[in-house]
Amino acid sequence: MFDYSTYLRSAKLPHIWCPGCGHGIIFKSLLRAMAKTGWNKDEIVLVSGIGCASRLPGYVDCNTLHTAHGRALAFATGVKLSQPKFHVIVVSGDGDSLAIGGNHFIHACRRNIDITLVVFNNGIYGMTGGQYSPTTPYGDKAATAPYGNVEPQFDVVELAKGCGATFVARGTSFHVPQLDDYIYKALMHKGFSVVDVVEACYTTHGRKQKTKYKNNLDMMKWQRDNAVPLSKAQTMSAEELKGKFVTGIHHETERREFVENYQALIDSLKGGKK
Amino acid sequence: MKYEIRFSGSGGQGVITASVILGTAAALHDGKNVIQSQAYGPEARGGATKADVIIADEKILYPKAQHIDYLVSLTQKAANKFIKTLKKGGIVIIDGDFVELPDSPDYKIYRLPITSNTIAKFNRTTTLNVVAVGAFAEMAGLVSMDAVKKAVIENSPAGFEEMNIASFELGRDLARAAKKG
Amino acid sequence: MKEGKYTFVQGNIACAEGALYAGCSFFGGYPITPSTEIAEFMSEKLPLRGGKFIQMEDEIASIGSIIGAALSGAKSMTSTSGPGFSLMQELIGYACIAEVPCVIVNVMRGGPSTGLPTSPAQSDLLQAKWGTHGDHPTIALVPNSVEEMFTETVRAFNLAEYFRTPVIILGDEIIGHMREKFRLPEPGELEVIDRKLPDVDGLCRLPYRADGKHPACLPNFGASRFHVTGLNHDESGFPTMDPSIVQESNSRIIDKIYHQRELIDKVETKYCEDAEMLFLAVGSAARAAEEVVEEYRRKGIKAGLFRPVTLWPFPKKQFIPYAEKAKKIIVPEMNLGQLRTVVERFARSEKVIPVNLVNGEPLDPEFIMSTIEKCSK
Repeated sequence: MFDYSTYLRSAKLPHIWCPGCGHGIIFKSLLRAMAKTGWNKDEIVLVSGIGCASRLPGYVDCNTLHTAHGRALAFATGVKLSQPKFHVIVVSGDGDSLAIGGNHFIHACRRNIDITLVVFNNGIYGMTGGQYSPTTPYGDKAATAPYGNVEPQFDVVELAKGCGATFVARGTSFHVPQLDDYIYKALMHKGFSVVDVVEACYTTHGRKQKTKYKNNLDMMKWQRDNAVPLSKAQTMSAEELKGKFVTGIHHETERREFVENYQALIDSLKGGKK
Repeated sequence: MKYEIRFSGSGGQGVITASVILGTAAALHDGKNVIQSQAYGPEARGGATKADVIIADEKILYPKAQHIDYLVSLTQKAANKFIKTLKKGGIVIIDGDFVELPDSPDYKIYRLPITSNTIAKFNRTTTLNVVAVGAFAEMAGLVSMDAVKKAVIENSPAGFEEMNIASFELGRDLARAAKKG
Repeated sequence: MKEGKYTFVQGNIACAEGALYAGCSFFGGYPITPSTEIAEFMSEKLPLRGGKFIQMEDEIASIGSIIGAALSGAKSMTSTSGPGFSLMQELIGYACIAEVPCVIVNVMRGGPSTGLPTSPAQSDLLQAKWGTHGDHPTIALVPNSVEEMFTETVRAFNLAEYFRTPVIILGDEIIGHMREKFRLPEPGELEVIDRKLPDVDGLCRLPYRADGKHPACLPNFGASRFHVTGLNHDESGFPTMDPSIVQESNSRIIDKIYHQRELIDKVETKYCEDAEMLFLAVGSAARAAEEVVEEYRRKGIKAGLFRPVTLWPFPKKQFIPYAEKAKKIIVPEMNLGQLRTVVERFARSEKVIPVNLVNGEPLDPEFIMSTIEKCSK
């Protein structure tokens, strides 16, 4: 049995998340993945922005930095570049990382800085009461979309790949063993890694979809029934994939990592080569 | 004593560098109080640009030029724009190859064939600004020639020191000829 | 000239040199006129000494990156101008509440909005004080020479490190872009303050506990697994909504700078003792004002100059006695009366002659004198 207490600030529990929220599941997955790395807790910096997911660092016994809305990656970039020995992990919701923090997201991908971003993608602004986010499904009702969402969605995986991230995976809060694996591999990857975790918020999102979900269990079933593993997805047509989300490690490649690259520059200047 | 010198021309001609050379010479090598400043427009090339140097024995309070003693103009546009900033009794040095200004009782004007001589000697106009510095230094006598030479070298890209010194001397020659004029 | 190494550089370069002298090892910035020379210089010099420079995607990211670096132990800085300074405001507040030392240089230009990118102004004097939401401490320094761009930057780092708060330098386009001679201080000649680290083995459980009038001293990341947040927090650093704790901590981050004003205050006065016409000015406007003061004195007019080098917190204790004695208080500034609103808190408004210029031209002595003449008629 995994001993979570080693990584928890137990005095800070219970957490703020609602019953049925996927955050706790992803949280535990992250802790197991962190433990598996064997990293020294003193050298882990866990950074977040604002939102439900962003409260996570407060519960973890390492260096923790709860920043401003959308800015986690900007702070994390400063931490990592100034102290490359730190293992920097960012946890962030879909609104935090893709809307207000979208600019930092695309540039972190482009730089390929050695940071892992876990997107707690529940498709809603939960903390502010269920307004639609860049990943709210089309047509779903939200506090600011009372007649149904008319905006298209970001595909986090495609966005990350397109912007240059070198490890991109998608999991769900239902498929937990796979999620452990994706997060662990993301942590071990050298370069910018993104794990898009599809999950659900019944309290502020599910309840508003009158017929779709009766309870939070239905939202877990929705994850179970609509996740398609990458291998299977390759055999399916676009029509068949509509409304599904493809899980697995979508992208894994090597490219010069930003901080190492900068250190190489410093070293070359010391050697008087420039 | 306090003198204000304005270099003017078109963006890209090295007007700012000219003012920096003069400023460096007076400040670091002649031990004067100096402030150099420039006006920035949105364009990196073209337009009418200016760069000013204030040289004084006393402490310089207000850092911008107010009453220009010497105006150096390398283009017509710059001459037209800045001649009105020259104080009464001031001295104007213009590139006589391109710039026309009428004589006036309000100022003394020196027309130096800067561009034609620079091309004749170097086959290009890259160092026009340094020629202008030489001309000004010789004409005004406000800074020591040694100081300016040092500053020319300090502000030269590696490998261009010799050409810049030759340009500086060319400017001096042109000024001496014009003075005799 | 005093012995030593002299240099003839732009104010912006002197600022960057000052940062290096103070031990700045991290710079995050975004290009903006008229401050960019600072970023360019740092991009060249920092890697040569093992420091880090990064050009971030915008000014919000820039200040975010320097706060992250500061928490990791680096002395860090960003530089910008009006529009970028506006973007940074939220995270300036973050650095205030989370008590993170960092230096923000704002080389002021004309505004509002894109305004006059290449022209001088003193448009952000009040934004520096009140720009971010919520009550917060503000330390802002206003250099008026190339030399002060150097020395005040060193002082800015010292104040940031000692007080654990962001410190703002308000340059302007004139001071930032002009070249002026100054002597580079030798290493060790100017005081350089490094942040005090908590005296604990292992975990620092109360990183936000202040020791009497001394500011709290946070550890650096890596030394102690603590929590940093922009939420109101207690001494342990964790969020709280306890009214008494929030009341106390919101007050404490402001009080900490007022408790030791003597370490922050800096004013330059000239002929103020018997001044009937008292000039209050900062930055390049103060140099124009000083020239007018000298001119008036030559004419036998009792003029004096009061120049806050530390503008925020405003040096009212030093200013009030002169203001009370003066018959007129002249406030020349390159905005439409930002300092005037401050002066009028301490002096009757009938005494105040505002001199305001926002047309992108430098505020010059002639303009000051002609404005005074108009007002005196």
